[in-house]
Amino acid sequence: MMQTNGHAPSSRPRVATVWLAGCSGCHMSFLDLDERLIDLAARVELCASPLTDYKDFPPVDLTLVEGAVANEENLREIRHIRARTKILVAFGDCAVTGNITAMRNAFAVEDVLDRAYRATSLVVRGVPGTSEGVIPRLLERVQPLHEVVDVDFFLQGCPPSADQIFELLSAVIEGRSPALTRRFG
Amino acid sequence: MGRELRIERVTRIEGHAKVTIQIDDAGAVADARFHVTEFRGFEKLCEGRPFVEMPGLMARVCGICPISHTLASSKAGDRLLGVEVPRTAVLQRRLATYAQILQSHALSFFHLSSPDLLLGMDADPARRHIFALIADDPDFARRGIRLRQFGQRVIELLGGQRIHPAFSVPGGVTRAFKAAGRDEIRGGIAEAMQTLELASDRLEGLFERFRDEIESFGDFSSLFLGLVDDNDELEFYDGTIRIVDGEGNVVADRLDPERYTTYLAEASEPWSYMKVPYYKPLGYPGGMYRVGPLARVNVAQRAGTPRADRQLRALKSTSTGAVCASFHYHWARVIEMIHAVERIEALLDDSELLGSQIQAKALLNRRSGIGACEAPRGILFHHYRVDQQGRVEQANLLIATAQNNLAINRAVAQAARRFVVPDRLEEGMLNRVEATIRCFDPCLSCSTHAIGQMPLVIEVRDPSGQLRARIVRGDGMESPADPNSGR
Repeated sequence: MMQTNGHAPSSRPRVATVWLAGCSGCHMSFLDLDERLIDLAARVELCASPLTDYKDFPPVDLTLVEGAVANEENLREIRHIRARTKILVAFGDCAVTGNITAMRNAFAVEDVLDRAYRATSLVVRGVPGTSEGVIPRLLERVQPLHEVVDVDFFLQGCPPSADQIFELLSAVIEGRSPALTRRFG
Repeated sequence: MGRELRIERVTRIEGHAKVTIQIDDAGAVADARFHVTEFRGFEKLCEGRPFVEMPGLMARVCGICPISHTLASSKAGDRLLGVEVPRTAVLQRRLATYAQILQSHALSFFHLSSPDLLLGMDADPARRHIFALIADDPDFARRGIRLRQFGQRVIELLGGQRIHPAFSVPGGVTRAFKAAGRDEIRGGIAEAMQTLELASDRLEGLFERFRDEIESFGDFSSLFLGLVDDNDELEFYDGTIRIVDGEGNVVADRLDPERYTTYLAEASEPWSYMKVPYYKPLGYPGGMYRVGPLARVNVAQRAGTPRADRQLRALKSTSTGAVCASFHYHWARVIEMIHAVERIEALLDDSELLGSQIQAKALLNRRSGIGACEAPRGILFHHYRVDQQGRVEQANLLIATAQNNLAINRAVAQAARRFVVPDRLEEGMLNRVEATIRCFDPCLSCSTHAIGQMPLVIEVRDPSGQLRARIVRGDGMESPADPNSGR
């Protein structure tokens, strides 16, 4: 499952973190590593993240993906990321199960948009995501990552604890299997 | 010939968005627009669920300010129950509010914006982030990380976990607060204050260097809206709404947040998932107003705590009316962090904080409830209508960042006109457009109840829509001949 043996010991693992449709809470839990971030900054190369300025998504050893796949852009992006990532981690419950983001699956997209942009607005100049343009269209059904791409690790939790995140990253750095808790909710 | 630039992958910001820049016949920037591209639909997905679930569910609107959502939601729940929340619970909620302001502002200032401020707008993008700052300025970076940690730890001590704690509920809170927690927080006050004094000195030392940015990152007259307490001081949990104009005149005062629909309304635009709230009496889009740290310090006469007030007097002295330069959101954020630490310290001395009466219980007594509080990015409203069993029939969330939508658009246009030269695009020009957005610290997961990274791509199109050139952040120009070059 994990392919970290090919690295020269001197080269730091290349790591990325991305968020799709979620609340950013998993990334906040990553920041809750607190001063362990300083240690981590020396042990991995953070190549792309919402916290850095990056251009196109680079080839990396490991990507933590927060959030579910909810729109056309998420879908394109996750396929692109999968192609450039050795180890892809479904990072938190929205990525793992769809979680809160997938709760809209109980309703038709049209009704969800109608509620948000027509029923509660006094001025309606248009409803976003209903035509081609700058704004990506919503997928009819929100999907967890594994329904769209292969996932190597599932990091559960809403959000996963900083300790779990640290264990996973440490294991990858050290080339061993991570000891992840399995639980529901 | 009019053209359009499109900016994607705006980074170091909390959400997914794009910017388009319209170019006039002379090749200069004519206008710009901020597009938010993510949406989750909380107002629909909560339908049919019991209102007591809302504080837990609505916390998930945002992982950065879950406390604000859980509190606005709980306050709406308090109204549905029709109870008076015990004072101990109010004190706990207030403590959580200040901790939330502190950790969220620390994230904005240290983790997201300080690389621009300390390393420079034109610094190598590959080195312009918190991890580079850890290498370049380890003491400052460590202090920022520890300050955010302090705010998060206060939340953890109150609610059992840092993110999405099951903490506040309709009628009060779920756990009595322990003396050990109080003492631990007290032990962290001095270092937090020391860090903030350092941050404030560093920031003030930079104003000369960023004079152009201060004048162009959204410096214009607008209304400002925020809560104040009975003494016209900063207020985050209760209080009434005051609105001032760019000259500092009070336009409206002592407005009841629960009557928000009488003076605020929302518009929907096809070009953004972020709605566009406006001040009703001035109509749309004339009713632009700003919320958040800068708005709060403009509507309040004083902070109400000594250290924050010293700083606030200096900020207010930069203008004869309201402070209109959006760049100074950073300064206002630092002042609010100082204020938050002062308020946290004072709350710890209140013996009722450790009380055991923490939740008022009742059956459903009302069919409609509105809860409002100041979230880190501005005032936040949760509004629920429920059926007889207490199931949500309709929900409306009026989110802080969305209330800045008109102003962010205006600011982005101003910065683009000042800094972007379409025919000789440089990365630093684009970063200034992004840095303008960062002043507002927009949280797009909140504002569209969705989140993601903000791609920044600039596309140059001619009036027929033909792609002329495309820039992906930091990637240089791409040939328009290859339409598949982008994602």
